[in-house]
Amino acid sequence: MAEIRNYTLNFGPQHPAAHGVLRLVLELDGEVVERADPHIGLLHRGTEKLAETRTWLQSVPYMDRLDYCSMMCNEHAYCLAVERLLGIEAPERAQYIRVMFDEITRILNHLMSIGSHAFDIGAMTMILYTFREREDLMDAYEAVCGARMHAAYYRPGGVYRDLPETMAKYQVNRFKNEQTVKALNAAREGSLLDYLEDFTERFPTCCDEYETLLTENRIWKQRTVGIGVVSPARALALGFTGPMLRGSGIAWDLRKKQPYEVYDRLDFDIPVGKNGDCYDRYLVRMEEMRQSNRIVRQCIDWLRQNPGPVIVDNHKVAPPRREKMKENMEELIHHFKLFSEGIHVPAGEVYAAIEHPKGEFGVYAISDGANKPYRIKLRSPGFAHLAAMDELSRGHMIADVVAIIGTMDLVFGDVDR
Amino acid sequence: MSSKLDRLSQALQVNVGDRLRTLTTDRGEITIEVAAADYLAVACILRDTADLWFAQLIDVSGLDYSTYGNGGWTGRRFASVAHLTSIRHNWRLRLRVFAENDGFPVLDSLCELWPSANWFEREVFDLYGIMYTGHPDLRRILTDYGFVGHPLRKDFPVSGHVEMRYDEESGRVVYQPVTVAPRENTPRIVREASYGKVGHG
Repeated sequence: MAEIRNYTLNFGPQHPAAHGVLRLVLELDGEVVERADPHIGLLHRGTEKLAETRTWLQSVPYMDRLDYCSMMCNEHAYCLAVERLLGIEAPERAQYIRVMFDEITRILNHLMSIGSHAFDIGAMTMILYTFREREDLMDAYEAVCGARMHAAYYRPGGVYRDLPETMAKYQVNRFKNEQTVKALNAAREGSLLDYLEDFTERFPTCCDEYETLLTENRIWKQRTVGIGVVSPARALALGFTGPMLRGSGIAWDLRKKQPYEVYDRLDFDIPVGKNGDCYDRYLVRMEEMRQSNRIVRQCIDWLRQNPGPVIVDNHKVAPPRREKMKENMEELIHHFKLFSEGIHVPAGEVYAAIEHPKGEFGVYAISDGANKPYRIKLRSPGFAHLAAMDELSRGHMIADVVAIIGTMDLVFGDVDR
Repeated sequence: MSSKLDRLSQALQVNVGDRLRTLTTDRGEITIEVAAADYLAVACILRDTADLWFAQLIDVSGLDYSTYGNGGWTGRRFASVAHLTSIRHNWRLRLRVFAENDGFPVLDSLCELWPSANWFEREVFDLYGIMYTGHPDLRRILTDYGFVGHPLRKDFPVSGHVEMRYDEESGRVVYQPVTVAPRENTPRIVREASYGKVGHG
């Protein structure tokens, strides 16, 4: 009789379904996973150490590079932490802008997450559909900050600048004739808010399209229903947050429970799952996109009617306006001190958490009164989720490991920091 | 908001009582500090008492206080900070514990109480070298295989100790002492207490 023994399989770090650089050591009994041991840190860049050697403001762009699928949300947590240490609050308009871009980011992230999850387990078309809408939202990013991904738009005390009045337009070239360009530019004639309004109007239809591809799809259901089931009590013990926790039926969302910025003034619902499997988490993410769309819509309406400052008028924290700097000595000194020495943050410690698209993203900041943080600890949701990989995948087939990685919505910039 | 914090601090006084070293409320957050010997017992009370019910361990963070306030720190060097969330009461709590021995910091592990502590404590061990007794699998997690040292300690240089390159002769990757000179673009300055305060001249 042939000898039967377990064997060990290296999954990644160059596997397309590993969402980056996950090395997963799987101990297999045939095709059944006996033990999964994720090896992480291949994308560790020492953000926390670097932040200790930079001024408070210089660390903002590092935050974009943590979870590079939801850039502005990371910045948001960091800016909130600095603001709470300083004891200041961003102007109301800045808060609305931040909330609007947080929700745009949530849609961006979920589109990426659902698209690549479906792609990993065999539904090729999905990612083509979701990237179409992602492209539109990337343009909104580009309009406010000039960069499609690494924005550095949120600053301690507000946002860098007000929303633009014009959108960048396509131009005729040898690939696009006048007619095509005209159609592409149809939504771009007005301001950024007009452009986003147009987006919010067509996005629910786009969601319906995604749902026709997946929600009742028999193969999709076979691959996700009953896979990676987490009970509510276990989800809490494992430190799950965000859609991973809500998929198990716990209605916990920081936007509702511990509202920050203006979330308590907005009208939206929190979807929860029932069974805690991959399929429920997919449904939760799908509904969250629709809810985010509602929030964006409400923010657009408010922002249209309420002009105002977008960053605090405190030159120890935010730079003065450039015109003023040219004619006023004091403002020039403020500018020089702010960008050479940086913000001085009073001693203390805060933990600022936000409802990141992936879960609870927290920044634990400690200041000893210097112009640099004494310690920045980044609490990333993906880290806690991946820690449960062993428990979730045990007893499943090797193909289900891919479904579980997809449902965790892992991004290695976020896990490895 | 403040009444909620009062209720939490009262519940802490009642249930943890004389084991509390300090209880501070600052910027709307409560921090408690306990002795290393009481750490596990207090954590157990925090999780299981119905008035507290901190079912979720959100984060564990290591801390190295050796250069705090540009060297004015007199207490112990290493601390471990746990952030807890109570979903039932909608509370947050920060639990700090200092390791008694600066040379070889050892603390109790929270893995038995919250399984999420597993990786968080591995990370603190990796980055700060704090040992957790009772941890089932205390391996390095973020740094490279065979890494020497604990990179987030304040005496570890940002540029590190070794760098890696491909060696043509031996046909493999080799480590060599780092050739980058450490540099500091913006010096670290601690100003007088009122300097950074908003609204001050």
